[in-house]
Amino acid sequence: MKEVLLDIKDLQVHFRVYGGFLKVLNGTNMRVYSGEKVGLVGETGCGKTTTMKAVMRILPKPHGITPEGKIIFKNKNVLSLKTQEIERLRRNEISMIFQDPTAALNPVFTIGEQLLDVFRYSKKNDGLKGKTLKQMAVDSLRAVALPDPERILASYPIQLSGGMRQRVCIALALANQKQLLIADEPGTSLDVTIQDQILRLIHRLAEERNMAVILISHSLGVIREWTERVYVMYAGSMVEEATTPKLFSQPLHPYTQALMECVPRLTGMKTNEGIPGRIPDYFFPPTGCRFHPRCPKKMAICQEEKPPFYQIDDNHQVACYLYKGES
Amino acid sequence: MNFSRYLIRRLGYSIFVLIGLSILVFMIARLVPGDPARAALGPRASEEAVEQLRSRLHLDQPIYVQYFYWLKSLFQGDLGESLFTRRPVIEDIKEFLPATLELAIFAGILMAFFGILFGVISARYSNTWVDNLIRVFAYLGIATPAFVVAIILLLIFGMYFEVFPTIGRLSAWIDAPPKITGLLTIDSLLTGNFAAFFDALKHLLLPAISLSLGGLFQEARITRSSMIENSKKDYTYSMRAYGVPERVVISKYLFKPSIIPTISILGLDFASLMGNAFLVELLFNWPGLSRYGINVMLRKDVEAIVAVIMVLGVVFTVVNIIVDIIVAYLDPRIRLVEKGE
Repeated sequence: MKEVLLDIKDLQVHFRVYGGFLKVLNGTNMRVYSGEKVGLVGETGCGKTTTMKAVMRILPKPHGITPEGKIIFKNKNVLSLKTQEIERLRRNEISMIFQDPTAALNPVFTIGEQLLDVFRYSKKNDGLKGKTLKQMAVDSLRAVALPDPERILASYPIQLSGGMRQRVCIALALANQKQLLIADEPGTSLDVTIQDQILRLIHRLAEERNMAVILISHSLGVIREWTERVYVMYAGSMVEEATTPKLFSQPLHPYTQALMECVPRLTGMKTNEGIPGRIPDYFFPPTGCRFHPRCPKKMAICQEEKPPFYQIDDNHQVACYLYKGES
Repeated sequence: MNFSRYLIRRLGYSIFVLIGLSILVFMIARLVPGDPARAALGPRASEEAVEQLRSRLHLDQPIYVQYFYWLKSLFQGDLGESLFTRRPVIEDIKEFLPATLELAIFAGILMAFFGILFGVISARYSNTWVDNLIRVFAYLGIATPAFVVAIILLLIFGMYFEVFPTIGRLSAWIDAPPKITGLLTIDSLLTGNFAAFFDALKHLLLPAISLSLGGLFQEARITRSSMIENSKKDYTYSMRAYGVPERVVISKYLFKPSIIPTISILGLDFASLMGNAFLVELLFNWPGLSRYGINVMLRKDVEAIVAVIMVLGVVFTVVNIIVDIIVAYLDPRIRLVEKGE
């Protein structure tokens, strides 16, 4: 059995808003083994990024809500780490590539300034000097296949193309040897050929460094090509988990099935119906299974209680009452 | 990369602004009803004498000819003669401008420094009592006209507690430093005359506070809101996510983009500061250009009015050039992106 790297147990994240709470994450569970490539798929607004920001402890703070549940990374609960420990964790163990590379780079500092600071603070205790740090920055840009690193270090984000910015973001995220990389829809804002290059790059770096990757994507095609195991998320919790081939050959949860129906075919066989309705209001989320208002196969019990995970076989589980008898 | 090109373009715009300003001010001054020659000579002067003065000042020529005469002499450093002080306007300006500059610069420094400081504190402790307190003072500071603040400060610190002088730039018993720049604080520092330096500073404080308060809180509000807005941006989270310590994230990666709007507004607030100086200088009996400006306006002293407004316009334009240069230096998006590219 492989070593468990990250174990998210019953994670709840609520945001305080005027007059109440947004109950965004509602008991999220997820497990990542070391060196594994895991996909996380779901509609916009279903809580994928929120879950990952909770793992990095970079959720927006002002509302003063601490997440509940557990995020165990290598036997430590991330949620109870002290500031210094969490900073060390971010430097050396977990990293994240943000959705939009343009927004993730500070517009008023050069790439060099930002990259060097990341190296400077993570290598502070190693006593490395400016010249060595700069060489490391140059090397990190070479590692993400950026030509002419010296020029890029002196550039501001606006002087680079979208693809280059995305590569710079990867260089920033992987400044140190990390064990887990969270890639939040990398390359979504870029055209498909560049997106493919970026995914290849992430894949290659993960292989070279024996790094686990959580790949968040809307695109089932991307998930199918680049991951080994998939979590499907809906409205704040996981609804299905399976190895990638299994999920695509035998999707069980009605939401997963509907999601697959939505994929446009290149062969153009038929028009898709889509999923009726939309992601629920987190202020008044539906009771029981949060998918029930949109579910074509809903039953009486779906409105009453949140379904637990039913283990279908060794590598397939689903949170749906349809499969109650099969586990 | 194209910083020098940006500078040249920026300076080019300013020249147009100044030409426009000169035409506008000149027109307004000449179109004011009443005859300046008659006003200068008094009601008893003979019609001939008035006529003579009119032709000497080119007042009998068409207005655009008058403008070009005025422009020509402007380039010769001749701003005409004040009918009120009976000496060249340029001499008056040399005498009164440094006092106003010193006051405005000091007030500007207060405005920028404390504005940004309060803004950062307010953002850092947003929605706590500290933030609320600053915001209440901000509303008061912005809503209260500078001359009202001046009167309140005069009453409290000048009359009631008598801790600050209320009149002029320097106490009578202090030897004035020799005139080098005309700014008393700088001249006294240059000559090592610390008694004069502290005395001049004491005189500066109340009028400078009165002048700066409105702009100061304006800056604080803008700094606060842009810091809070930028703290929600991905680039703040990303630096945090890569292990850069919180204090660096805030004091560097959040601070720099957040003060750019503050500094742009600073130039405009400096303009209203110069405008408020007219009344504040009067209240503190500050021997500056604005007080001189009021005197010449009340006497319809055309050459002097035009010169005062031109000088203030030039000061304002120069301040805004400096502000734009600082902003372009801080923000590569302005410096590197040319329009139409």
